[in-house]
Amino acid sequence: MVKLKEIIERRGRASENLIHILLDYQKSKDTNYISEDEVKFVANELNIKESRVYSIITFYSLFSTKPRGKFIIQVCGDVPCYVNGSLNVVKELENILRIKMGETTPDGVFTLEHTSCLGCCDISPAIRIGEELYGNLTPGKIAGIISSYRRKYNENKE
Amino acid sequence: MKTRNEICGYPVITARCGKIDPDSIEDYIAAGGYKALEKALNMTSQEVVDEVKASNLRGRGGAGFPTGVKMETILKTDVFPKYLVCNADEGEPGNFKDKYLMENDPHQLIEGMIITAYSMGIEKGYIYIRGEYNKPIIIMSRAIEAAREKGFLGKRILGSDFSFDIEIRSGAGAYICGEEFALIESIEGKAGRPRSKPPYPTVSGIYNKPTLINNVETFSNLPFIIQEGAEKFISIGTPSSSGTKLVSLSGNVNNRGVYEIPFGVTIRDIIYKLGGGIPENRKIRMVQLGGASGPCIPEEMLDIKLDYKEMENKGLTMGAGAVIVIDERYNVLEIVRLIMRFFRHESCGKCTPCREGNRQILRILYRFVSGNASNNDLALLESICNVMCQTSFCGLGQTAPTAVLTTMKYFRDDYLSGMRNLSTNSNIV
Ligand SMILES: Cc1cc2nc3c(=O)[nH]c(=O)nc-3n(C[C@H](O)[C@H](O)[C@H](O)COP(=O)(O)O)c2cc1C
Ligand code: SF4
Ligand code: FES
Repeated sequence: MVKLKEIIERRGRASENLIHILLDYQKSKDTNYISEDEVKFVANELNIKESRVYSIITFYSLFSTKPRGKFIIQVCGDVPCYVNGSLNVVKELENILRIKMGETTPDGVFTLEHTSCLGCCDISPAIRIGEELYGNLTPGKIAGIISSYRRKYNENKE
Repeated sequence: MKTRNEICGYPVITARCGKIDPDSIEDYIAAGGYKALEKALNMTSQEVVDEVKASNLRGRGGAGFPTGVKMETILKTDVFPKYLVCNADEGEPGNFKDKYLMENDPHQLIEGMIITAYSMGIEKGYIYIRGEYNKPIIIMSRAIEAAREKGFLGKRILGSDFSFDIEIRSGAGAYICGEEFALIESIEGKAGRPRSKPPYPTVSGIYNKPTLINNVETFSNLPFIIQEGAEKFISIGTPSSSGTKLVSLSGNVNNRGVYEIPFGVTIRDIIYKLGGGIPENRKIRMVQLGGASGPCIPEEMLDIKLDYKEMENKGLTMGAGAVIVIDERYNVLEIVRLIMRFFRHESCGKCTPCREGNRQILRILYRFVSGNASNNDLALLESICNVMCQTSFCGLGQTAPTAVLTTMKYFRDDYLSGMRNLSTNSNIV
């Protein structure tokens, strides 16, 4: 937990920094979640109760207590995206990744999640992968996007 | 993203958007930026607040509270420290104008915040940006850094006695954090659940100190008001709604995007003149105003003007200015169900009417969508909605049923057909 300690030191030990610490740390992990041990560690370092840390990671939707893929694909399904065809995007993603909404690919590379509006309704239907936004999507564009991430993942592994 | 000011004539807050490099403070200064701050520093606190009051500026985050009045409350409190917060949480489906302002003219927002802080003796400000907005977070951070280097932020700003600095706080995926007290809890590093009011944040906010919370667009209006004067501001818009409004136009419309319009333009003109109409000339089924918590209106009502008073007279609200167009291919009840799914997901769970009400509304809507609703269901639906509006702890639960209530009013036939077993299958999960 060297990385976690580093982040805590950079952000500061005041409990008001908890959300930022957890966001930074989760982002730095390939598995995109906060484990029990990590919760204990953070609570200890900041001198707060574990339940306080859990109250954060269960409340905010960007956190997870279960392992997720390296790349989280968040699909927006709110009205502006829906009326521009988000259902077709979901179907195509499920087809190509061979998983259902909410699941992670067996190789741990992708997790498919539903998200509330991403604030880019002007380019709906839209998805977010990690920190990147993709908009004006059609089913035809999905395969290319997914394979670019697979490539990125494989290159990093080598 | 496009911004078209053609029917605006006089852009107030998007004048520089797309024309300057948001990463260049020099560009902003060359375009007249930070002049209003210099001017404000030579005014007294009261003079600044009076100017804002005279401008009739109303909050652009949804509730439309007079900004100057809120500022005066803080000015008159002598509890210190006081805090300033910019609400950039923008999580309501259909809204993306604050993102547009932050990405295209970050210094205008910062300048508006500094002017506000100066007039109220505030030394510490936060910009609370939703966690999903990576790009705005990066652009705002760089802009704050640049403003600090030039002496607009930090100790003894521009050689005056006034010191002020801004910190960025990120949300982590919770729409409720746009609500003032939920936002304050989140800034304090907790789960964002609302506190009871009164006392209001202006009396007891961050760490129980007086706190002024304004929307991104609200702050962005201040440099203009100070620089050009309240009178000029009032000359734009309508007698009851001064200035301009940013509209986030989305859904089934040809030119989606952010538009700055003077108050008084009709929804029809926004959709057809700015938005270029509906793809393939399809008809409009309905339009939702303001975002997920806003009213849904039929085509026949599109001639209503974007204006606080006129909308209020018709029992409508404009919220943060979203206009979501839904064309004839869609079923009204399907859309309403999607809207309620959003609220069920985003309810913080603190109070029963909202936590349970959203779930029950969804269950009943499902019966309508699948054609299995009974005679009682319409009355039940209405009753649950009213209980939610009247008894929910915060604005989320109080406004969540708006889409249901307005569609029950304007699209009653769609509900009735759900009882006669006429509707088709649903494909929303
Ligand atoms: C559930 C909920 C979400 C809200 N979200 C936002 C938001 O994202 N941005 C915003 O400026 N105001 C939001 N508001 C309104 C704020 O509580 C508050 O009225 C506003 O920030 C005040 O700023 P203004 O006077 O400049 O509009 C929300 C309110 C509620 C009840
Ligand atoms: S109305 Fe909804 S969001 Fe607001 S406090 Fe109650 S449960 Fe939470
Ligand atoms: S509704 Fe999908 S990004 Fe806004």
